[in-house]
Amino acid sequence: MKSFGKYIILMSTLFVRREKFSVYWKLTIDECILIGTNSIFIVAIVSSFIGAVTCIQTAANLVSPLVPIYVVASVVREMSILELAPTFTCVVLAGKVGSSIAGQLGTMRITEQIDALEVMGINSASYLILPKILASLITIPMLVTFAGLLSILGGYIAGIMGNIISTQDFIYGIQIDFNEFNVTFALIKAFVFAFLISSISAFQGYFTKGGALEVGQSSTSAVVKSCIAVLVADLALAQLLLN
Amino acid sequence: MIECKNINKAFNGKQILTDISATFEQGKTNLIIGASGTGKSVLLKTLVGLVKPDSGSILYDNRDFTAADKDEKQEIRREIGMLFQGGALFDSKTVAENVLFPLDMLSDMSKSEKADRVQFCLQRVGLDHAAHLMPSEISGGMAKRVGIARAIVMNSKYLFCDEPNSGLDPQTSIRIDNLIQEITHEFNITTVVVTHDMNSMLEIGENIIFMFKGQKIWEGTKEVILGTTVEELQNFIFASKLIRDMKN
Repeated sequence: MKSFGKYIILMSTLFVRREKFSVYWKLTIDECILIGTNSIFIVAIVSSFIGAVTCIQTAANLVSPLVPIYVVASVVREMSILELAPTFTCVVLAGKVGSSIAGQLGTMRITEQIDALEVMGINSASYLILPKILASLITIPMLVTFAGLLSILGGYIAGIMGNIISTQDFIYGIQIDFNEFNVTFALIKAFVFAFLISSISAFQGYFTKGGALEVGQSSTSAVVKSCIAVLVADLALAQLLLN
Repeated sequence: MIECKNINKAFNGKQILTDISATFEQGKTNLIIGASGTGKSVLLKTLVGLVKPDSGSILYDNRDFTAADKDEKQEIRREIGMLFQGGALFDSKTVAENVLFPLDMLSDMSKSEKADRVQFCLQRVGLDHAAHLMPSEISGGMAKRVGIARAIVMNSKYLFCDEPNSGLDPQTSIRIDNLIQEITHEFNITTVVVTHDMNSMLEIGENIIFMFKGQKIWEGTKEVILGTTVEELQNFIFASKLIRDMKN
């Protein structure tokens, strides 16, 4: 509870004694590159493979002649949009982005760079954390959208190459009974997860004490806590928005 | 001038600073000396506001820093420059960008004025040739000098240095000490240096405070320190054979 209180106080300090807008603009763009652009490759690999695996495994389990083959494409679509793209991508990003944020802030803390900002009269929390959260809120939903598309594409390629499904059936399957709200739901999840990953990781890094060992511990802790928060939020959002 | 009055600070029930009162004079290098773990760095961090004292007050030219509201504190902080033990340079910025940083964040100067000021400060610490280098590409002594340049770039009225000689060879240490003293006199600023380096004490100690177990137990100048009768201070100073020989 004490940590949670400290986390809330840290989040509230992001919006007081802010610097000039131009400062945040430049920092946010830099962070967008670090968080977003530099994560495209890993997100592309993970999402295409999970889409492909989903297609193959669904086909292997739908052996009944009563189930039309286009259902495989529908399952790939639903799984990708509802769960695999937002949740799986964000768990991967919690590892990549979360550890990077915590490591960076932790190192800045132990090398007194954060103290240097404070002595200058700069709100170090706002200066260092706010751009990371803003950049995450901008880029992670984009990455999730990208992951959803690639996951379906991965499923399509696996289906075609494995002679599981024809192009016609696949296209029919991903269009039939399409519920647009699922995309909205995936984006809501992406925004929530983006905030959780960036803020929890920043919190872990910002309050690092000690030396190199503790920076490593902060990074590990950031990844673990971000993943747990993502999964808990996933359950809560599903309960709130789908029921 | 900086005054601290009856400063007390405890961490987790352990008293670190006990009733510290001291005056740090303008235009002089004021040294806080003492063995490791006596609370020197905590006192320095308390003076700059990184640590909040449990009681007592800190006055910057009669402006009460401890009782000041956020805006007043901000104003005072912008007159403070600090050299950290490890330099605390921003890894992602070049030497010049590190020095430029306070100007970018806190001043309304034009681009060319800022560039001139950075050039002047780097020249002053003898590092104008290293402006383009990254902190990872410079030596410890150079990092300290960049730290000094960054600390004075805003025309600071108060300069704080936390162990400026740590990790440096004797020659570079003396160079850093002399630079700090020259800057103090040149810009008439109030400088507070935390150190346990005997050379620094004898080189630049215009006003020295000796701390022992969280208390200030002696105050004086480099001219009189070797003649002290305070036992704890004698034990601290004359731990080195070199200093013992010097006295004799």
